[in-house]
Amino acid sequence: MKLNGMTKQWGVLLFAGLLAIGVSATAGSTAAIAGEDEELWQSIRDDVFQAGKPIVDNSDKLVLDAPYRAEDAAVVPISITIPADVAPHVRKLTLIVEKNPAPVVATFKFGKAAGLGERKISTRIRVDMYSNVRAVAELDDGSLQMQTKFVKAAGGCSAPALKDMDAALANIGKMKIKSFDDKAASSKLTSEAQVMVRHPNYSGMQMNQLTGLYIPAKYVEHIEVKKGDTLVFDMEGGISLSENPNIRFTYSAAVNGPISVVARDTDGKTFSGSVVVSGS
Amino acid sequence: MLKNEKTPLIRLGLRPNRRSVCLQLSLAPLMALAWPAAGKTSGNAHVTEISDGIFAHHGHVELQTEANRGDISNNGFIVGDEAVAVVDTGGSYQTGLALREAVKQATNKPIKYVINTHMHPDHVLGDAAFLPDNPQFVGHAKLARALGARSARYLEAAREAMGEAAFAGTEIVMPTLEVSEPTELDLGNRKIVLEPQPTAHTDNDLVVRDRKTGTAFLGDLIFSVHVPALDGSIVGWTIVLEKFGTEAPALVVPGHGPVAMQWPEASQPIQRYLGKLASDVRAIIKRGGTIKEAIETAGESERGKWKLFDEFHRRNVTAAFAELEWE
Repeated sequence: MKLNGMTKQWGVLLFAGLLAIGVSATAGSTAAIAGEDEELWQSIRDDVFQAGKPIVDNSDKLVLDAPYRAEDAAVVPISITIPADVAPHVRKLTLIVEKNPAPVVATFKFGKAAGLGERKISTRIRVDMYSNVRAVAELDDGSLQMQTKFVKAAGGCSAPALKDMDAALANIGKMKIKSFDDKAASSKLTSEAQVMVRHPNYSGMQMNQLTGLYIPAKYVEHIEVKKGDTLVFDMEGGISLSENPNIRFTYSAAVNGPISVVARDTDGKTFSGSVVVSGS
Repeated sequence: MLKNEKTPLIRLGLRPNRRSVCLQLSLAPLMALAWPAAGKTSGNAHVTEISDGIFAHHGHVELQTEANRGDISNNGFIVGDEAVAVVDTGGSYQTGLALREAVKQATNKPIKYVINTHMHPDHVLGDAAFLPDNPQFVGHAKLARALGARSARYLEAAREAMGEAAFAGTEIVMPTLEVSEPTELDLGNRKIVLEPQPTAHTDNDLVVRDRKTGTAFLGDLIFSVHVPALDGSIVGWTIVLEKFGTEAPALVVPGHGPVAMQWPEASQPIQRYLGKLASDVRAIIKRGGTIKEAIETAGESERGKWKLFDEFHRRNVTAAFAELEWE
């Protein structure tokens, strides 16, 4: 019953302690876990990429931003930034959570409307256990460039979907496209937008104990984004993308036309939307 | 009658070897109820008679550990002339057992109802201790589905956090009486009303209101001292608290914090917290900011005003952002 006697000072000390832990954890966040995980990574990389092909780790061709400790394992924000001098040379970007049951989170293929400026892709992923998260860019010279971050989170793939089950199911397939196009952006090569799709993205690992059955996997497997008639990117996704898939991306400010999005789930249902952005 | 039942209770409470029952017969010094006297929780649970025939137990404001055995939320019971209704049961079979012992010391009336205010493990994992009483297990109509999707996880997490010994006997009990609209239960010369709420703290919050004294068990719709945990809808929760204020109960039992509080003192801090969180997150969304930015900055002015802030706050921001960006 220490709590009953807990003084304010004690509480302050406790908070200070937790803060200190938080700070030191952040300081260590750039280091990836090596060793025993190396074997697992070798098998995944040979499956996903051409076996034996070298991958440049810790590459300066891209930046992966991921929280060292995720607050919600089912909604872990991840973002990848590719500098302007590299961006036009990137053909493909693959996002991998090494220890997830389906390690490949998503693969992005870029089109001309991805633009020539700094390229940025942000999304939210599920992390099932403490794992390396890897972003691998394939350049037009055929090289593979990688950045790795270790993320502490657990249970993201089997976490029950949907805090408000009824509201979410009622809105399934609803799409929202947001443009972050501001006045200052007219001088930039790229602008930013975000696509959001209401979908439970059932992983196949979520159980309904009333029936004793796993809810079958059902997720958004493809999202295509265009500016006018020109491709910004198309994405193939899997069960490691969070429910209500959400992708924030940059696109060319020079290509005319609205941003249009078509998404398809594993049932073959398609969802689409478009938004007119300024300057188009 | 209730008066008759108090006499043996007082005696029990004053017996030197019975340190676990602490009584508070007067409503006036409410603040004194906030932190009941310290002592071991083995045997029966500390309960405080916060109003005529209404007993509440104060759970530690902590995460579940081996030491606290999941005794980390408030619970209690309401005694009528013919029956007892238990409201929430703590975070393990043992907390349920301790509460059951406290009921048996307070009254010889049978336990007819075990009501769960919502799905969270720190409120439902003691239910199994009441199985021998063969009560109705009562919950919001959406409780069963919510527990169904989470029970394996809840049990696994509880076992891991508390260890095998403290966890022993813990199981999930599915509701046998599901409530989808306001429902009255008669405990014998005492009616209580069960009020299912729209999605707020969770999608299965149930308020238990005693007609006789105007006391309401609000479950985790009210957090005090313990930082709120958002597992439903920040918009819905805000509305539910506003509406509740128009029919404010005389006395409130929060899910965490003091065992008894008055309105609006009970609701002001959490309304302030939810309001600040929502306005900060909305401002970030409006100017095109990211969820990462929000996690790092939103609601930080509330730091220092709550216990367990670091354990829950950033997850709340994540949930609030994912909800509010659809507005």
